[in-house]
Amino acid sequence: MPLFRIYVCVKHVPDSAATITVVGPNRIDTKITYLINPYDEHALTEAARLRERHGPAEVVAVCLGPVAAENTLRSAMAMGADRSILVVTTEEHDSIFTARALKCAIVRDGEPGIILTGKEAIDTEGMQTLFRLAANLGLPAATNVVKLTLEEGSALAECEKEGGAVDVLRLRLPCVIGAGKGLNTPKYPTFPDIVRSRKKEVLKIELAALGVPAAESRMEIVELKPALENRSPKALTGSPAEIARRIAVILKEEARVM
Amino acid sequence: MEKIALLVEFKDEQVKKANFGMATLVRRAGRMPCGLVINAPADGAKAALAPYGVEQIVAVRAAGPDGAWNPERWAGAVAAAMERFGISQLIGLTSPQGRDLLPRIAARLDAPLVMDCIDIDLQKRLARTTHYSGKTLATIRMSGRCAIYGLRPNAIEAQKAPAAAETLAFDYAADDGGGLAVVATRSGDSGSQNLAEADVIFSGGRGLKNGENFKLLFDCARLVPGAAVGASRVAVDAGWVPYRMQVGQTGVKVNPRVYIACGISGSVQHFAGMKSSGMIIAINSDPHAAIMANCDYYAAADLFGVLSELRRQLAAVGEP
Repeated sequence: MPLFRIYVCVKHVPDSAATITVVGPNRIDTKITYLINPYDEHALTEAARLRERHGPAEVVAVCLGPVAAENTLRSAMAMGADRSILVVTTEEHDSIFTARALKCAIVRDGEPGIILTGKEAIDTEGMQTLFRLAANLGLPAATNVVKLTLEEGSALAECEKEGGAVDVLRLRLPCVIGAGKGLNTPKYPTFPDIVRSRKKEVLKIELAALGVPAAESRMEIVELKPALENRSPKALTGSPAEIARRIAVILKEEARVM
Repeated sequence: MEKIALLVEFKDEQVKKANFGMATLVRRAGRMPCGLVINAPADGAKAALAPYGVEQIVAVRAAGPDGAWNPERWAGAVAAAMERFGISQLIGLTSPQGRDLLPRIAARLDAPLVMDCIDIDLQKRLARTTHYSGKTLATIRMSGRCAIYGLRPNAIEAQKAPAAAETLAFDYAADDGGGLAVVATRSGDSGSQNLAEADVIFSGGRGLKNGENFKLLFDCARLVPGAAVGASRVAVDAGWVPYRMQVGQTGVKVNPRVYIACGISGSVQHFAGMKSSGMIIAINSDPHAAIMANCDYYAAADLFGVLSELRRQLAAVGEP
């Protein structure tokens, strides 16, 4: 039986609790804590689960990012990836280019059995790289997947939609799966997992060596500004009944939503 | 005049109210809005959208062997309709359906896409959105043959601009869905207000103490038009309410006119999902909760006392 390769694309993102400082017209100060994109943790946990059920299989984490993203790949390996590939870049890239680079890195490495990633990244929230990667590879894709089952030659994916509605999709394998939060509970690494991950391989490839084809279209951040917090809180006081009455009046007369 | 397509969304066979702001955005740029209606009644769409200045409805038929709905086939149909009618800019909603369709269309066309836009300059093809959990505002320049935008619901206030609309038909030759087939669809709670598009949100956190107590919020929401119930991460992780109700960084990003945070401390991650709300009212038994310092009104009071009174008050306001 040939090795079933499960690729998991992960992104190195600022910790959501970090203070973001804008530098120059369109950059942020990157001397802050970065970690693995939370949705990608669901993708990794699912990949590890699939590997257990469909041996022989291996899980390969792939990332386009700065040298420091090796830490994110170490986390990915502590969570179950067997090895990883870091495409090293010093720049920020849009999702059009990122999807091209991820495709090149995967194709160079091997033939994917399935590709998993988070449904979106929490830094720039583009929500699209997985679809572009799928289109570049000519594969079907599904997003916000909350249940995944592999069958012979296809994957059955349950995708959560509005108001709890669900689409059950059958995707020809290989396919690209965007993990939603309901897919699983991420398995956080134990200390031995972390120790083992230090011995696993991170293959570093310089972006220039990958020969990523240029795109005709692009998205460019021309300006980045801190979002202003300019609310001035006013206290509502009195008994619960008085407070409730004030809120009802605010809804009716100030917000005009009644 | 440049024609700009709107990907019209329906809920329970009605045109969603959130579509109207997209038409206003196009009119504001002096462009002509053209509504793309896929496998849905074009007459209803015309009647709903013409008052907001939509002058053309393209009724797209794109059914296939697995039925009317297949996101990949729909994406193909939209891309083909844009080609057929010479449309190079498309706006849709950043709704669950928009998240499924817009990136597929962008991927097919290899076109730039910005989701969750809070404003769009259609003349310069500049999109404005938030990055880093709402901590920064980014302006993104899109270059390429086409440009696609996902508008954040409620970001643009709809303005009436009555127009006479014509309807054109467009048949999309069935494609095989590119290896994707819809096996089944299970409906959710129809009739319930979608969180991302709600005008008012009653949201509950740790202070609600259990799932049972969310009934108070649902009761209040039923008494306010266009209101929905949300929750903090603590409440969904505890299993009190389903994940889909989570507002925040890893939940739904909401943009209501009023956000009423009940027993929510207001973590950075929670703010990431609701900070663009028009008005924030916080009710919390803890006067030191972070949210109290970053809202418009706060009540440091007995949460359940206020909520049960509020339910009574809202019922009274609703009476003629």
